[in-house]
Amino acid sequence: MRSALCRRKSMSLIEIKKLNKTYDSGEECVLALCDVDLNIERGEFISVMGPSGSGKSTLLTILGGLNHPTRGEVVVDDIPIYKLPLEKLADFRREYLGFIFQSFQLIPYLNVIENVMLPLTITEKSNQEQKKMAEEILERIGLKGKERRLPDQLSGGEQERVAIARALVNSPPILMADEPTGNLDSKTGKEIIELFKSLNEEGQTIVMVTHNPENTIFSTRTISLKDGRVEGNF
Amino acid sequence: MMRLKDISINNLRRRKGKVFFLILGLTIGITTVVTLISITRMMNDDISRKLDEFGANILIIPRSDDLSLSYGGMNIAGVSIDAQMLKDSDVPKIRQIEVRENISTVSPKLIGVVEIEGKRVPLMGVHFEEELRLKKWWKIHGDTPKSPEEVLLGNEVAIRLFKSTGDTMVVNGKSVRVSGVLDETGSQDDFLIFGDLTFVQGAMKKAGAISLIEVSAFCNTCPIEEIVKQISKKLPHAKVTAIKQTLQTKMEALDHFKKFSVGISIIILLIGGLIVFTNMMASVNERKREIGIFRAIGFRKSHIVRIIFLEAFIVGLMAGVIGYIFGLGVSHIIGPMLTGMKSSKLAIDPLLAAGAITLSALIGILSSAYPAIHASKMDPTAALRAL
Repeated sequence: MRSALCRRKSMSLIEIKKLNKTYDSGEECVLALCDVDLNIERGEFISVMGPSGSGKSTLLTILGGLNHPTRGEVVVDDIPIYKLPLEKLADFRREYLGFIFQSFQLIPYLNVIENVMLPLTITEKSNQEQKKMAEEILERIGLKGKERRLPDQLSGGEQERVAIARALVNSPPILMADEPTGNLDSKTGKEIIELFKSLNEEGQTIVMVTHNPENTIFSTRTISLKDGRVEGNF
Repeated sequence: MMRLKDISINNLRRRKGKVFFLILGLTIGITTVVTLISITRMMNDDISRKLDEFGANILIIPRSDDLSLSYGGMNIAGVSIDAQMLKDSDVPKIRQIEVRENISTVSPKLIGVVEIEGKRVPLMGVHFEEELRLKKWWKIHGDTPKSPEEVLLGNEVAIRLFKSTGDTMVVNGKSVRVSGVLDETGSQDDFLIFGDLTFVQGAMKKAGAISLIEVSAFCNTCPIEEIVKQISKKLPHAKVTAIKQTLQTKMEALDHFKKFSVGISIIILLIGGLIVFTNMMASVNERKREIGIFRAIGFRKSHIVRIIFLEAFIVGLMAGVIGYIFGLGVSHIIGPMLTGMKSSKLAIDPLLAAGAITLSALIGILSSAYPAIHASKMDPTAALRAL
C-alpha cells in the first residue's frame, strides 16, 4: 500500500477536507469538529493546541483512522482512509501510524521488548527481524538493558519511552502523540519533547496533541482549535 | 519471539486465578463425561462377560402356520406333525452373518415325542457341548452324556419314569443309559429327555432334521434386532425371534443409563460452556482498553478474535487433558462399585482421550465465540477513553 502510492510526492502527506464530526448523545447533537481543512506535509512536527472540549482529541482519533467522521474526507498518502473497509483501515493504521497514547497504555503483562514488538506480531517479519528491530529502537530511545522488565517496574519517563519505541518500531510515516508529557514531571517531559525534536530532525512526521504551550517550542507548526474550528494555523 | 499466541499465553498467565476457575469449570464437565462413558463401557463389558450365564437370546424355528408346541415361552411349530423342518446344513449358515463375531453359541435341537415304558415323553436331541454352555444353571446329578447312547433326564421325567443315574431304558427300540438327572429348573427342561442330536435324529428317523436352533449372541454396538435381521436373511425359510429375557432387561437398563449419561453430560457441558462464556466475557470487558490499543496499533478484528480463541483453545486443551485424567481416575474408583466388577487395570483409551480433549477445546472455542466477536467489535476510541 505504502510503496505504490509514494510516487505522488506532490501531494501533502495528510489532507483533511471539510471535516465534520458530531456526536449523537441522546437528545442533543454535539458538534465536535466543524469544517476543518488541513494539510500536513512530510517532515512536519505539528502541535495541536486547544482547551479541553475544543475537539483536538477527536481530530487525533479521526486522523488516526479510529473514528469515522460525520462528513468530509481524510486522505493520507493519497489514500482516502475512511473509504477503506474496516480491516483495511486496521492495516492502514499498522503501516502508516505510530500511536503514543496518553498515560502510555502499555500492556501490563508483556515486558518491555514484548510491548515494543507488539505492532510486529501481526506482520510477516521473522522472529529475528522482530528482535533486531525492537532492540534497535530501544537503543535509540535509551532503554537498552531494560528489555525484560515489566511496565510496572519502570519509571514514568521510561514507560513513555517504551510507548514511543512501540510507536516507532515499524518505522511508520506518521507519529501521533496524545498529551505525551501529561503524566510526566516537567524535567522528563522536556526530555521527551527533545526526543521528539531529534526524531523530527531525522525526518519523522509528528502530530502531537497538547495543551502545554511549552511543548510546542520545537514544532514546525501549531494548530489551535476552539469549539471544533481551526482558529490558528501558524 | 512475539506472535499472537504469546499475547494469549501471557494474558492467561497474568490472570492465573480466574484462569484456574475457568479450567476447573470445564474440567468438571469433561471429568463427568469421561467418567460416564467409561462406566457405560464397563457395564457393557460386564454384560458381555456374563453373556453365557443368561443363556440364549435368539430362537430360530421353521416358518409354519401349523400347530405348535410351547418351549421357553416361544411357540415352536411343526413338532407334532411333519411340517417343514430346519436342517443340519442351516446351522453353519448362522455363523456366516456379517456380525458373526458377536455370536457366542449356536445350539441346534430336534424335539419329538417318544414312548418309553408306555409313557409318552418329549425327547430333545442336542449337542451337549453347546447346550451346556447355554445353560450354565443346569445342575446334573451324575454325568454329562459322553456317548450317543447316553441321555440326560429332566427332573420331572426322571420321577415319572422312576429312573435315576445309571439306569437304562429303551427309546424307539434303542437301549440308552441315563448318565445323569437334572436338578429341578422350573422350566420345560424338567419335562424333557436330552439325548445326542444325531442319535435322536436317527431314533426318530429324521436324519438331518432340526426343530429349532437357540443362539446366544451379544453385540456391543448393534441391537439384537440387527443380528436377528441378518440371520433371517441367511435362513429365509426360518422364523428368527429375539427372546426378551434377563440379558435384554440388563441391556435395557444399560440403555437407560446411557440416555441418562447423555442427558447429564449435555447439562454439565452446557454449564461448563456457560462458565467459559461468562469468564471470557468478563475478561474481554476487563481488557477493553487493551483491545483498544491492539486495534489502534493496527490489529485487525480477526487478530483480536484469534487472540481470544487461542486463549479459549489453550484453556479447553488443558481442561480436556486434566478432565480426561480425572475421569479415568474417578471411573476406576467408582466403576467397580456400580458394576460389581473387580477393578481392572488403568488403561488409557487413546480414542476417548482424543475425544475428550477435542470436545473440551471445542466447547472452549464455541463458548468464546460471542465474547471474541464482541471484543473485535469494540470501538477502539471508546476503549481508549483517555484519548
